[in-house]
Amino acid sequence: MSATTTFTPEQILKTAEALRWQVGGAFHESLMEALYTDAAQIADRAVARPDKPPRFDLDRTLDRLVTSRTWGFPLMLLLLAVVFWITITGANVPSGLLAQLLIDTILPFLKAGAAAIGLPWWLSGFLLDGVYLATAWVVSVMLPPMAIFFPLFTLLEDFGYLPRVAFNLDNLFRRAGAHGKQALTMSMGFGCNAAGVVATRIIDSPRERLIAIITNNFSLCNGRWPTQILIASIFLGALAPAYLAGLISALGVLIIALLGVFLAFAVSWGLSHTVLRGEVSTFHLELPPYRPPRIWQTIYTSVIDRTLIVLWRAVVFAAPAGAIIWLSANLTIAGASIAEHLINFLNPFGLLIGLNGVILVAYIVAIPANEIVIPTVLMLTVLATGMTGVGAGAGVMFELDSAGDVLAVLRGGGWTLLTAVNLMLFSLIHNPCSTTIYTIYRETGSKRWTAVAALLPLAMGFIVTFFVAQFWRLIASL
Amino acid sequence: MTVRIDPPSATAEGCASCSMANLATLRKLGITMDDWDYVAALAGNPNVGKSTVFNALTGLRQHTGNWPGKTVARAEGGFQYAGSRYKIVDLPGTYSLLSTSLDEEIARNFILFGRPDVTVVVVDATRLERNLNLVLQVLEITDRAVVCLNLMDEARRLKLTIDERRLARDLGVPVVPTAARQGEGLPLLLQMIDEVATGKTICRPRRIQSEPPALKAAVAHLTEQITHAFPGLPNARWIALRLLDGDERMAEALRTGELAELGQVSAGDGRGDGAESASSDADSGEPKRPAERPARSQGRSLQVESLR
Repeated sequence: MSATTTFTPEQILKTAEALRWQVGGAFHESLMEALYTDAAQIADRAVARPDKPPRFDLDRTLDRLVTSRTWGFPLMLLLLAVVFWITITGANVPSGLLAQLLIDTILPFLKAGAAAIGLPWWLSGFLLDGVYLATAWVVSVMLPPMAIFFPLFTLLEDFGYLPRVAFNLDNLFRRAGAHGKQALTMSMGFGCNAAGVVATRIIDSPRERLIAIITNNFSLCNGRWPTQILIASIFLGALAPAYLAGLISALGVLIIALLGVFLAFAVSWGLSHTVLRGEVSTFHLELPPYRPPRIWQTIYTSVIDRTLIVLWRAVVFAAPAGAIIWLSANLTIAGASIAEHLINFLNPFGLLIGLNGVILVAYIVAIPANEIVIPTVLMLTVLATGMTGVGAGAGVMFELDSAGDVLAVLRGGGWTLLTAVNLMLFSLIHNPCSTTIYTIYRETGSKRWTAVAALLPLAMGFIVTFFVAQFWRLIASL
Repeated sequence: MTVRIDPPSATAEGCASCSMANLATLRKLGITMDDWDYVAALAGNPNVGKSTVFNALTGLRQHTGNWPGKTVARAEGGFQYAGSRYKIVDLPGTYSLLSTSLDEEIARNFILFGRPDVTVVVVDATRLERNLNLVLQVLEITDRAVVCLNLMDEARRLKLTIDERRLARDLGVPVVPTAARQGEGLPLLLQMIDEVATGKTICRPRRIQSEPPALKAAVAHLTEQITHAFPGLPNARWIALRLLDGDERMAEALRTGELAELGQVSAGDGRGDGAESASSDADSGEPKRPAERPARSQGRSLQVESLR
């Protein structure tokens, strides 16, 4: 070709096409080979290695242990159990102190202030008994466990343990017809499902990515850990003698978390053998070197980035929810409050699946944020049972100095061990929060898959709790 | 022996050009970026500490974690150094720029079409050979690059000695050893970023050399055509490689004239003359070349490119 002519884009593309045929199918491979040769040459000239490799390689020894066929899984479970145990036993005391401060000390002070400046009863009720109490509740119940759990989890992440978990789980995911990287996105989901859904971008194949998105909800998220931990502490811990209570509660939470992982596998398997059939793609996973975690920085960032953000989110949603609950408890239609109508309407179905109307109403209120389920449940229980002696009237939250008081209130609301177990199950298996649903829609761009991701777990939650309730009652009646 | 501490106004001439003095003037701007003089891109393999470098420069606390694939979207932040305002874009970590997955496409397209003034390739000093694959690919696209030889603390722990001068000579771009977690080496890194972006340092990057003859001939042939059609393009060879590989995005850029645009900007973009003006009128806050920026790089903070 002569050098004087200029070339149009079409000509260039045509030339490229022709040349591609000349070079043949090995183009990509020969280019990669050239790259590797060059890189090896340059690296070889620049790097000097020690003459003898060190006799003891800590990284390798650790890796042999944590990814071993025999010890990998037990170690993983042990680590998780220890993290839960530290969280549960460590959070009790600060929780009580916070409740004492915010509810026993500050609230009467605020009420006295409101009375002194002559606020009408409905405004002070709305603001103090609704908004302030709900917020104070969320803070005292959620802050301590989060401030312990998140730094511990972040330290494990910083240390380099997560890719080892992915490595251990890869084989299981492959058998379930899913991508091995789903182990990483699942781990992200243990923090926040919306973040986990965004993280699925590391999965190339759209089929496997969809599976990872739909099953991410089975990773217990920030908003649900406190529910699990609280219910496990007060109901499961009460089954055991005091010195074992923490351990039993931790095991309970661990079992629920593992059930979530199992469900993620099961649903992945189900999807990849029905609507999302296809080949499993290969990938390579790098096990990064272990790095000594920077403890203070980790604690700082996990408190700032995760604990406070989650807490803020909870407060932002809890304040209006508290207001709505107070209103629904104090506005009456035909002799009963709106909340009572709703609870009574949902109660038969709730009891059928081993829950109750209060819990179902709480889950409707908590669609924007799972964090507020427990405060809502407590407020509504007091309202529905017409308990007196706690707080100052309907829809008002009350003083709960210890987990024992919560237990007393819930028992008074007709709760049994079955209710607690089913609440833990339903908290694991139900629709994702609205933020996650929106993220799923943005990532998949499909209304259909968003609907599947939202409704499939909800349906599964109803089915699981229904069967658990039936079996429980069957065995109890024997 | 007396130690006299001069007030800042009395600082000697020599200090002004020292990187330590400039570090003292480093202003971490977080995400408050309304305008900028230069754009720096951060590329690198997964889990080599890109986000740590990013945080150290911007003062942001983009979450870092010890696992590959932490950053899946582009994160943006800013800093001011030696009188110039920089926008810095943290790209997703990738092993190469040659495949079709979404994260690689984001990184590849940003380095080519986003036209960063300098691309910082963060590499893991303990796994240099594998990391160099990506460096060589980046150097095919842009000749304004700085290699940040990170995790030097770990390399020392493993008793590896790395001759960074040799490496810099072989690659034809500045190489700065760092341990970003400890803040080690950042002053020099900043200085090099600045020198390459302002054109004080001109790189002569190494291009891939070991292709088989048939491939070499085909690439040369196509490169010649592209250079003829778009004389200003600095990376005609890379475009030839992509077209030979059947990259549809590149073919589309060729048809729509987006490539021609790239060539014109590069041609009118004097490398050396940015240096003085950059330091003299930086305080006026005037964006120097906002009009040339493609619209999509105007976004601020944690811009997310979702799937089509």
